[in-house]
Formats: sequence, structure tokens, C-alpha cells
Amino acid sequence: MSDHVQTLLDRLPRLGEAVLVTLELTLGGAVLALVVAVVLGFGSRTRTLWVRGPSRVIVEFFRGTSLVVQLFWIYYVLPAFGYELEALAVGIVALGLNYGAYASEVVRGSIESVPQGQWEASVALNLSWFHRVRRVIFPQAWALMIPMLSNLLVQLLKGSALAYYITLHDLNFWTVQLRRSTSDTVFSYTVGLLVYFVIAYALTWFMNWLEARAKRRLGIGPQRPSLRETLRLEPAPVPTAPTAPTAPAAGVRTGGAP
Amino acid sequence: MSDIWNWERAWEVLPDLLAGLRITVLATVVGMVIASLLGLALALVGRAPNRWVTVPVKFVVDFVRSTPLLVQLVFVYLLSPPEIPGLAIGCVVLGVHYATYMSEVYRAGIDAVPPGQWEAATALNLPRARTWRAVILPQAVRKTLPGLGNYAISMFKETPFLFAIQVVEMFAEAQSFGANTFSYVEPLTMVGLLFLLVSYPTSLLVRRMEIRLA
Repeated sequence: MSDHVQTLLDRLPRLGEAVLVTLELTLGGAVLALVVAVVLGFGSRTRTLWVRGPSRVIVEFFRGTSLVVQLFWIYYVLPAFGYELEALAVGIVALGLNYGAYASEVVRGSIESVPQGQWEASVALNLSWFHRVRRVIFPQAWALMIPMLSNLLVQLLKGSALAYYITLHDLNFWTVQLRRSTSDTVFSYTVGLLVYFVIAYALTWFMNWLEARAKRRLGIGPQRPSLRETLRLEPAPVPTAPTAPTAPAAGVRTGGAP
Repeated sequence: MSDIWNWERAWEVLPDLLAGLRITVLATVVGMVIASLLGLALALVGRAPNRWVTVPVKFVVDFVRSTPLLVQLVFVYLLSPPEIPGLAIGCVVLGVHYATYMSEVYRAGIDAVPPGQWEAATALNLPRARTWRAVILPQAVRKTLPGLGNYAISMFKETPFLFAIQVVEMFAEAQSFGANTFSYVEPLTMVGLLFLLVSYPTSLLVRRMEIRLA
């Protein structure tokens, strides 16, 4: 057992590289997926058939064909059409398009759950469409969609294990290598799965933090100082509620306790 | 276009793919049976009053749910004795993995049964087992059917992971054909279309069911 731990310690630097590849795939895929999701999500609810039709077809296509098939299709078949991508890009594109299609349904559903009155009010205020969506509709939909996006993000992380089969040296590859050098399946795979579990947990925490922040900005949920307020150098502005004690004027030293 | 896509080769690979599709569907059906039974068991155990039971179960469920199916498959495959066929291992791992999702669906379904139903069962002095079997579960399971359908579709699309444990299902058929003839274009494209051909109508069916049961 101690030999295994020694091998594990020797392989720690490579674990860092492997986790980095997995994170690059996950976060790159997630960013692409978010862009795809917002574009297709809004595209699926426009009135024009010329936008809605193709959006629906793309969504159903990427949801209906398996991630595995898409990944290998981009890796093996796309070069035949003259588009050759490097393996990391293949992974990011496949994960981003597949989970983007799933997430676009989440985006569409969340935008539909924003009360109709919000649209009407922002029309009444004569906001442009872009302004309406950016300032009024999307912030409300965003708070609704984060829990579901959080599930999809963990799914995306799990899907990134496939990258090992397109020659990438990710966490799955590291696990296989660890097994090869310790020749202990239970030990190496338990360590590998635990690392995946820790990453998944960290991602979930991050999404929970995002959700709390999104809710706070809407004025719902507990009011805590935002990260920017916590990290900034000036003191927080004193709330102007009538019960708040008046702050001593700057430069006046009041000395000890009264 | 025509120098890339060869219809003859496409027709040549189709019988292999259809044979693979049978394995794919078989794995999905067996996996889903395991997932729906084990998922119900997990949901019921999760409601146990003892925290020494619920906390470890919750940890195991979270662990299985947030680690990759692909790695789990290979792990179990390497551990099990060689005389067990890969397909059996694949079905069991798929079933256990999706059971952790299904337990959440069942939990939501059980929680959605109105408390009045519990109270009525108590008032009628029904024994605990009978309350579950005759009152709670029939109502809860009805609400879980759309969720079950959605997970069946997503399991169907995850069966290609079985290629990692030497199960020759539809995707592995396409890959071996590609490796033998050095042309991946037709087999991989056809596999994608076959997946779409099966999963899209099924998802329409599930959507109808969702509307009817709602």
C-alpha cells in the first residue's frame, strides 16, 4: 500500500496537468455551451419561422444523436470535409454543441417563466429589445436557470472523460497510467473517481454561489455583501436606515469608549 | 461530395449497424429495468428515519452520480472475473448509474403525494406496507413516468460508452467497420442518424405522455 502512495506522490505533478486538461475541456465546453444555449434558446422562441425552424432542428439534432457519436464524428469524419481540428478543440466543440443543445431548452423554459408583465412593462418604458432582455428579462431568467445548468455542468464534466479516447491526456488517462504503474485497479480507480468527485463538488459550489449572487441582485434571497464589496479597499457605505448609528466624521478621533 | 460519401459502403454497413442497434436497445431496456427498481429502493431507503442509514446512502448516490459513467464502466469491467460478459457488466453499471438519477425522480414523486392521503390511510388504520403499496406508490409512480421516459432516452444515448468494455453495440460496430476499411464517414454518420431515428420519436412520445399525465 505504501508503494502505491509513493507512486501516487510521484505522479502528482502529472495529476495537475491531467486535471488542467479536464478543466479546460469542461470550462471551454461550458462557455461554448452557454453561448450556443442563449442563441438557440432565444432562436427557438422567435415568431419568424426562418429563425425558429433551424433553431429547433439544430437543438433536436444535437440532443437526438449521442455525444459519443458527435465527438468521434468531429474527430474522424470532419477532416474528410477539409476541417481538421486538434484534439482539445474537438473535445470542446463536441461537448459545447451537445450540452449547448440541452441547455438551450433550459434557457427557453426559463425565459418563458418570466412573467409576461415584465415584457409589457419594459415595452411601456420604451426600452429597445436588447436593453429589455439584458436589463430586465435575462437577469430574472438567469436566476431560474442556474440550478438546471449546474446539473448540466456536472454532466459535461462526466462527458469530458471521453477525451481520453481521442488521445487527450486528461484525468481518465492519468487514472489508466496510475493503474499501469501500480497494477492495482481498486486503488488507482478509487483515486481517479475521487478526483472527479472533488471537481464536480467544486463546480456545484461555484454554481450555488452564482445562484445566490443572481438572486441577491434581483433583491430576493439573503442580502450578503457581494464579492466585489468584500474585496474592495474602501469601507462599505453605511446604510441610511434610520436605526443605523451615525458614523463619526472622517478625521475625528473619538478616543476610547464613551 | 460524392467522392466522400459512398452509398455502396453505406448499404454495406447497415446490416452490421442494425445488429448493433439490437444490442443497444437490449442494454437500454435491461439497464432501465435495473435503474427503475434500484432507484425506487434508494428513494425508500433515503426516507428512513435513521441518519446512520440516510447519510451514507446519500453520499454513495452523490458519488455515483457525479463521477463519469465511462470510468465506472471500465473500473467494474477490470475488477470482474473474465467469464462475465461485457454486456452484463454494462447493463448493471448503466442501471446503477441511472438508479441514482431515478431515486431523485421517485423522491419528488413521493413528496408530491398530498399529505391528506397519508392522513386518510392512517385514519383507515391501514398497515404501513399496505399504505405504501395501495395508496402512496400508485400515485407517486404515475408522476414519475415522464421522468422515467426521459432517462430511458438519455441512457439509450449513453450506451455507446459500452464500446470501452468491448461490447459490440451499434457504435462499436461502426468503429470497427471504419477501422477495417479506413472510412469512418458512412458508418459514423449512419450511427448518428439511427440514434436520431430512434430517440426523436421516443422523445415526442414522452412529451405526449407528460401532457396527458400532467
